[in-house]
Amino acid sequence: MNNQAPKPEKGTWVGQPLRRREEGRLVRGQGLFVEDYKLQGMLYLQFVRSPYAHARIDRVDVSKALTAPGVLAVLTGAEVAARVQPFIEIGPGAQGKVIDYPMATDKVRYQGEPVAAVVAESRNAAEDAAELVEVEYHALVPVLDAELALKNESLVHDQNGSNVVWHGNFEYGEVDKAFQEAANIVSIGRMHFHRFSSTPLENNGIIATWDPKKESIHFLSTNSFPAFAAQFLSPALGVGIDQIQMESRDIGGGFGIKITTYPQMAVCALASKQLGGRPVKWIETRTEHMLASAHGNERTFLDTRVALDKNGVITAIESRHIDDCGAYPRYEPLGCIIWAQVLPGAYRFRNYRVDFTQVVSNKCPVGPNRGYSRMQHLWFLERVIDICGHELGIPTDEMRLRNYIRTEEFPYTTPNGCIYDSGNYARMLEIAKGLVGWDGWKEKQKQARQEGRMLGLGIGSTLDSGTNNFGQARIINAFAPYSGQSKAANVKLDIYGEVVVSLGSVPQGQGHETTAAQVVAEVLRVPPDMIVVRPGFDTEHNVYTGHTGTYASQFAVTGLSAIHGAAEKLRAEIARLAAFVLKAKESELEFGVGKMGPEVRVKGTDRSINYWGLANLVNVNNAELPMDMADITLNCRYVYKAPFAVPDVEKKYGNLTLTYAAQLHIAVMEVDRETYQPKILAYAAVDDCGTKINPLIVEGQVHGATAHGIGAALMENCVYDPEGNMLTATFSDYTPITVMNMPDLACGGLETPSPFSYNGAKGMGEGGAAPLHTICAALQDALYSRKIIIHDSHNSGDSIFHALQGDSAKPAPAVHVERRA
Amino acid sequence: MSLAFDKVPLQLTVNGKPCAVEVEPRTLLVELIREQLNLTGTHVGCDTTYCGACTVLLNGRNVKSCTVLAVQADGSDVRTVEGLATEGKLHPVQEAYAANHGLQCGFCTPGLLMSTVRLLEKHPKPSDQQIRKAIAGNTCRCTGYQNILKAIRAAAAAGK
Repeated sequence: MNNQAPKPEKGTWVGQPLRRREEGRLVRGQGLFVEDYKLQGMLYLQFVRSPYAHARIDRVDVSKALTAPGVLAVLTGAEVAARVQPFIEIGPGAQGKVIDYPMATDKVRYQGEPVAAVVAESRNAAEDAAELVEVEYHALVPVLDAELALKNESLVHDQNGSNVVWHGNFEYGEVDKAFQEAANIVSIGRMHFHRFSSTPLENNGIIATWDPKKESIHFLSTNSFPAFAAQFLSPALGVGIDQIQMESRDIGGGFGIKITTYPQMAVCALASKQLGGRPVKWIETRTEHMLASAHGNERTFLDTRVALDKNGVITAIESRHIDDCGAYPRYEPLGCIIWAQVLPGAYRFRNYRVDFTQVVSNKCPVGPNRGYSRMQHLWFLERVIDICGHELGIPTDEMRLRNYIRTEEFPYTTPNGCIYDSGNYARMLEIAKGLVGWDGWKEKQKQARQEGRMLGLGIGSTLDSGTNNFGQARIINAFAPYSGQSKAANVKLDIYGEVVVSLGSVPQGQGHETTAAQVVAEVLRVPPDMIVVRPGFDTEHNVYTGHTGTYASQFAVTGLSAIHGAAEKLRAEIARLAAFVLKAKESELEFGVGKMGPEVRVKGTDRSINYWGLANLVNVNNAELPMDMADITLNCRYVYKAPFAVPDVEKKYGNLTLTYAAQLHIAVMEVDRETYQPKILAYAAVDDCGTKINPLIVEGQVHGATAHGIGAALMENCVYDPEGNMLTATFSDYTPITVMNMPDLACGGLETPSPFSYNGAKGMGEGGAAPLHTICAALQDALYSRKIIIHDSHNSGDSIFHALQGDSAKPAPAVHVERRA
Repeated sequence: MSLAFDKVPLQLTVNGKPCAVEVEPRTLLVELIREQLNLTGTHVGCDTTYCGACTVLLNGRNVKSCTVLAVQADGSDVRTVEGLATEGKLHPVQEAYAANHGLQCGFCTPGLLMSTVRLLEKHPKPSDQQIRKAIAGNTCRCTGYQNILKAIRAAAAAGK
């Protein structure tokens, strides 16, 4: 039965480390990024931004700017507000009262918020004229601390009456009973996960063109979740979704940060409309990006209590978490539930209680930064397990082994109903220990301690949950019209028999074109270089659903399932057609490449028809085709529907994600005794993302996610002063990780195929922010004997120095152990 | 405020071709390259001389073209990423990056390629420390540098 689809396991093309087809154009400098585009009659837009974090706008005077050379229009926030509806809010209650316009109207709520936009014939003219816009502000007290935000002494959104935008209690199992029965209870005071951003190297960019005849808008942009953006833009602009055309080509990295650019898109669209449909281009500067694109969520963990049995097995955790989403919730409060995809992390405890609050502040709005919401929670759990191990005198590797979910327990249902597909965390730990040389370093550590050196080994066990179920939005807002997950793809034979794949994804360097070609090549049994893959995303290709975008570690599952499904449909049509032409049974056919290119032949004969012949019959020469084959189009669209149900909203229970890739990292670190700089001495990263489609791409994603985590743990931090001025608004201040700070990685892997995806793959790429957990654990190990508790996800020479001096601005939390057994 | 400065005529060689242009005095070299010469392979990532996406070779030395005024390049020889491949064939450094997955989104790549070309012209057999220092001013947000280092080592080995 050769015409059956090939088995999904490693085949001729799937599973091979093929060189990416994207490399060719990119190493030639022929990528097509938004900034590279020039369109006839194109205008440039420059925002005028607030220097204040929180201020009332008393007056905006654009008269001088309007008369500046080359200026065609200046839009103020009030004018924009008069022409659009506020963006929809996902959250209920208080968040539902947030009024989010594309620009500030009555007051500014973060430094860098746009208050006016100048449109001019050139970028220089727009920048020059923006300097002439006069704005009078009345400064207000900024809200910069999540705990202070709860006091509501100053309100970010006055009409809300509170800075809280979401609150929920999550409780699973029998928490009180577990605490009553505990042999040990460890209490941990305040901990804090800092604000950072993965800062893609390409800033955001938009070219909006309003077509006055069709009343439609074309966006060429860097937005990485265009179906979501369209659903926000459509009601705001009063334009049907079908009249919003979204296109993207090469995108210079995204990491989730490019999801929430719809406010800027709206302003560009309005400017184009006002100016008769001339294209309006906006290219963000790095400082604008740092101030006003999106940051990752900042989270504070309070009043944590951990119940453990006499062996150090955690039986229950309770805590209070406050998430700071910045000035406007936008994609939030989804982060208030997304952490629950990995509620127990890699661990077996069944009893959990958290009081979860999200507040707004006068900081940049957050966006779903790589590792979105799960990394904050995983960091919290890893700190908990690590601190408990140290406090109870249980070695940190042993502590984890005692608490890991066992490999024989998969598929494993978590206390909140998520189903972990597969994994073997203990084995990953073993591999990582081997890679890093654990035992050798343990010996060296003993020696180092005798010399008074601060050397530590740390483990981070994390999960990268992929393919999210949007039904979790219902737990946030029972009326949210979202659930499940889907992706669309199209595979066709074009008129001359070309195999053409249209992606429904929005790649930003993840090699989707390459893996798509691998999958189709496998199905049709032709080499991948005979497959044309249309790069970039385009709504006009009609391969989108409301979930279309590149986010939530899912392309290997959802994107490739859609492509595989479309290729299978095409294969079935080809087989039916070829059987008719070759007067054979479908079971007698085989697919492959002949002298005349890709073809179908009758096994053991020289009877064959190539793809040109097949496409010709349907597209050009169809009088030869009987009417009962008129349904064959050779143009196959397939929508993958992930197997999800709507979660139980009351119980906050259900499967929130389809696959669970895992990361196990180990770091060896030393704190310099003179400079207090933490230095990585050795680093091992073990990854399990199930079956790999292209190991080269997987390895690249592991490297990249690791660099982001190391950068965030030791260097990158969005720092605000007490007035709300962002002190890290350039790369020179923010210091993204460079090659000088990046250690050599010892990488290893394990493949536990997912039973929930057709190809055994698990989505990957976000990487669980494993280095944050790992580095904090290593520093903890290095500094525990000096009575230092690592309580912040960002640690620098400066912060370690102050911690050792005992004069930190945010002192270490009190940790208390109650031994009851 | 009027910023109507007289334009300045410049003559320079770009990727081996002589060109004569007129620029506003404030024009940056990267703006000249991208906007006037339409060589969009050279990118702008940060505006503060940190990221190196704009790296080009100016008289053989790698410079960040966001921090060079176009007028400073008058009479100079400029090489950009577009000048690396010859007759459709990739430069060995481009080939090494492509073969070793030394890029993901590709935005930083042109700058890294130019820094690497400069390194290997100066040190055909670079030490690891020389490699790291050569690209210390080039930020990549995707690769974690692992495969970039691998690519540079491969390019150096291929050049021997």
